[in-house]
Amino acid sequence: MLSFVGLGLWDERDITVKGLEEVRNCDVAYAEFYTSKMGVGIERIEELAGKKIHVLSREEVEDGERILHEAEKKHVCLLAGGDTMAATTHVDLRIRAVERGIPTRVVHGVSIVSAAAGLLGLQVYKFGKVVSIARPQPNFFPLSPYDAIRDNMTMGLHSLLLLDTTGGYMTANEALELLLEMEERKRENLIGEDTPIAVVARISSDDALARAGCLGELRKQDFGSTPHSVVLFGKLHFMEVRALVTLAHAQEKIFKK
Amino acid sequence: MGRKEENIKKAKELRYIPEKIRNIGVVAHIDHGKTTFSDNLLAGAGMISEELAGEQLVLDYDEQEQARGITINSAAASMVHQWDGSEYLINLIDTPGHVDFGGDVTRAMRAVDGAIVVVCASEGVMPQTETVLRQALRERVKPVLLINKVDRLINELQLDAQEMQQRFVKIITEVNRLIKKMAPEEHREDWLVKPENGSVAFGSALHNWAISVPYMKKTGITFKDIYEYCKNDDQRALAKKAPIHEVTLNMVIEHLPNPKESQKYRIPNIWRGELDSKIGKAMTECDPKGPLALMVTKIIIDPHAGEITFGRVFSGTLKEGQEVQVVGMTKPSRIQQVAVMVGDDRITVEDVPAGNIAAISGLRDAYAGATVTTEPDMESFESIRHISEPVVTVRVEAKRPADLPKLVKVLRDVNKADPSIQVSINQETGEYLMSGMGELHLEVTEYRIKNEYKVDIITSEPTVIYRETVKQKSPKFEGKSPNKHNYLYVEAEPLEESVKKALLEGELPQNVKKHKKEIAKKLEELGMSKEEAKGVFAIVGTNILTDVTKGIQHLFESKELLKQAFEEVCATGPKAAEPLQGVKIRLVDAKFHEDAIHRGPAQLIPAMRNAIYGALTLAKPILLEPMQKVFISVPHELMGSVTREMSQRRGTILDIKNEGDMSIINAKAPVAEMFGFASAIRSATGGRVLWSTENMGFEVLPEFLQDEITRKIRERKGLKPEPYPADYYAG
Ligand SMILES: Nc1nc2c(ncn2[C@@H]2O[C@H](COP(=O)(O)OP(=O)(O)OP(=O)(O)O)[C@@H](O)[C@H]2O)c(=O)[nH]1
Ligand SMILES: [Mg+2]
Repeated sequence: MLSFVGLGLWDERDITVKGLEEVRNCDVAYAEFYTSKMGVGIERIEELAGKKIHVLSREEVEDGERILHEAEKKHVCLLAGGDTMAATTHVDLRIRAVERGIPTRVVHGVSIVSAAAGLLGLQVYKFGKVVSIARPQPNFFPLSPYDAIRDNMTMGLHSLLLLDTTGGYMTANEALELLLEMEERKRENLIGEDTPIAVVARISSDDALARAGCLGELRKQDFGSTPHSVVLFGKLHFMEVRALVTLAHAQEKIFKK
Repeated sequence: MGRKEENIKKAKELRYIPEKIRNIGVVAHIDHGKTTFSDNLLAGAGMISEELAGEQLVLDYDEQEQARGITINSAAASMVHQWDGSEYLINLIDTPGHVDFGGDVTRAMRAVDGAIVVVCASEGVMPQTETVLRQALRERVKPVLLINKVDRLINELQLDAQEMQQRFVKIITEVNRLIKKMAPEEHREDWLVKPENGSVAFGSALHNWAISVPYMKKTGITFKDIYEYCKNDDQRALAKKAPIHEVTLNMVIEHLPNPKESQKYRIPNIWRGELDSKIGKAMTECDPKGPLALMVTKIIIDPHAGEITFGRVFSGTLKEGQEVQVVGMTKPSRIQQVAVMVGDDRITVEDVPAGNIAAISGLRDAYAGATVTTEPDMESFESIRHISEPVVTVRVEAKRPADLPKLVKVLRDVNKADPSIQVSINQETGEYLMSGMGELHLEVTEYRIKNEYKVDIITSEPTVIYRETVKQKSPKFEGKSPNKHNYLYVEAEPLEESVKKALLEGELPQNVKKHKKEIAKKLEELGMSKEEAKGVFAIVGTNILTDVTKGIQHLFESKELLKQAFEEVCATGPKAAEPLQGVKIRLVDAKFHEDAIHRGPAQLIPAMRNAIYGALTLAKPILLEPMQKVFISVPHELMGSVTREMSQRRGTILDIKNEGDMSIINAKAPVAEMFGFASAIRSATGGRVLWSTENMGFEVLPEFLQDEITRKIRERKGLKPEPYPADYYAG
């Protein structure tokens, strides 16, 4: 038996009751934090679950053999941040399990996709493609995020940007610089200093933050500790504008242009 | 003022007048007399004492050159010569003749505009004569001919005046046949050498005389006279009447181009930038007022002065204290000191204008082949490709482990001073490997490390470097990324012979990204399909990576990573981790994850590597081994010992000719079997043998040796003895 349990976004208390029971009842518990990181360490979850949780490396999860092998005989739980089935790797693992005749179960957690929209008061059905912003590496500076944002905007849809976690969390400020760099390379006049955007930070924690404003202004602000996410707007509904002004400190005039 | 001081003063003035400059190289088969000749030119111009010239060989100043009696390093020297009432500055580079040091000849050809091809009258045109001529012509360097050692024809071979002239005709005809075959099309006729116009000279470098047809007309000396002077042992008198420097330097000034003339046609050949740009114009016009453009051709590490960089100034003026950019380096560099050669001395000057060969100190970023400029974003010169690549390797170890850091630095310096020596680390075993053009090359370098750099080292027995290629076309192979979210589909097959040849000859621009269109056009002309030619996005050596997919999303931003994987595989093939040769890799399909984070370097590089390795494995990889041509000349009665020696070394006799009482044997053999040949052939013939070799590229290793050699190489490299099956790469 292989259970996938979503841990939610911030600390040990973000797991659902159902999820917690699943961990308590299983034979072996694994966790991985490379697809999604959390605000607190694994110890707090171990304490709550009253169980040792083994953290797996990226290679171990991608390979998956160890997990599948154990799940053939025992009840194995794989914990991950957010809502676990958002990660392709986990879907892959679940498919392979089912193909081998291993029963699987999914216990959802809170996902950044709905939480970010919710915190800003944006409407989920107005979001387009979710876009990851990767840290540039030698010979690798993907411009596909720019294309995806453009396609979303053309259809009047918002873009949620998830920021790279390899090599340390990327801050919203870093991501905004990268967007400007992409604009510099593509020059389609899509993103500039006066583009209205929103930043959310530490969602689900006690000091969660939501700010909306012009890119030029926000890129100089300090949003405190990570994780951060960024939203670029498509066509805003008047309710969404009201929410951004009231809930995310936006000045109404920036949406007028 | 002494003659030398006077010459220094004149040389300093002449450097500003390109019409009065000739940059020339002296090239030939080994031992045909280049250094003896060059020394005598210096002596004739009063740069060194006449007594020393031809005896001591000041241009072979290195300890090992003196001991072995051969040239190892090309050496630059200059002199002033008077012709037709005005003075000229001759910048000369004496090059080595031994094949192992051929890389130095190729690099010297970039610095010069003309070449004196020296051919020994008694040996005639030899294989290395052809090679150096090809190196010169490929660089658009115009040749003139000096038939040397004429005294030997008369005094040793006892030819009469008639036979002597027949011998000359034969050599001239042969040289012209080669020029016709290898010269750039527009010069196939006007670069032929002709005795009647004075582009051929005949002489004896050792005895300091030479003659040409125009000089004969002027002075009334005839071939018959020459014959008499030699016969009567009175070459000293002949040297007074027809001094070698006078005759040959007249030939150089009259027939070889000045930098202003030559740069017009040389620049388009060695530089692929925009000819109409500011720097393009300045170079074709050899303009000292333009932006600086210099190409580094040689670096020597001088025990006193440190690192000295030699290079040809193609435009602008190099100045002391100037800030320059070595293309490809992040930070600019400052020129500490500049000098020109006068005689065999470096003379410090304030500046060196376009058209000259400069010596620079304090340019630490430089390496042979580097472009140095004041123009930001200048396109670099095409790199200097030597005809053959290193084929022999030794493992190098510091005798005292504490010396390792020093050894690492020394190896880096050695490679800098001699780019034909390549240094690498075996990733599996951590050993340092030093590769060179031949056994002698490595021996000389080892000696240098021990005695000049003073690091005690131990080296292994030499082994040869093999190549891997494929025999057939593979089916499509799927390579997966570690996260299994990306699939790449690749096919491998042998590259078209015509394309491979063009790549070996350096006929395509090296920067694929910048010259995509030109490359596609050329490849199509060479017989590649239009689709493949258009898709080429990486060329490494004689291997090509082409994208024949259509409309795949995210491929564009992934290409640099795929290219990187391809480069890795080209350096270490699947069979024995030896470099690839003549392979075409087709990217036929790709599936990428939507999210950029899931298709970064850590995912795509292994995916592509696996795809290529898998495809290669299915395309029947085979080993190629380096081959050598061997030319041996022995008395008839010793023929048997020579053929026996060759057959023990898997050699093939290609041709046997008789000349007088000597047999001239033309053979080929694998480099791997030729280790220790020097002493073996000496003892087999009691020392009565003359021989030389020439690298001739790679041939398929015989079937019966494939497995055994593969295993040996893999074990030496610390790999599992058997290559992996294709499945291994399927992931
Ligand atoms: N008889 C005779 N011997 C000559 C003549 N020129 C050179 N030699 C001899 O040929 C040998 C080789 O001369 P080098 O000047 O070292 O030849 P090289 O071409 O510079 O040789 P590498 O640089 O090693 O290729 C020496 O022993 C010279 O004395 C000549 O005109 N006549
Ligand atoms: Mg020499």
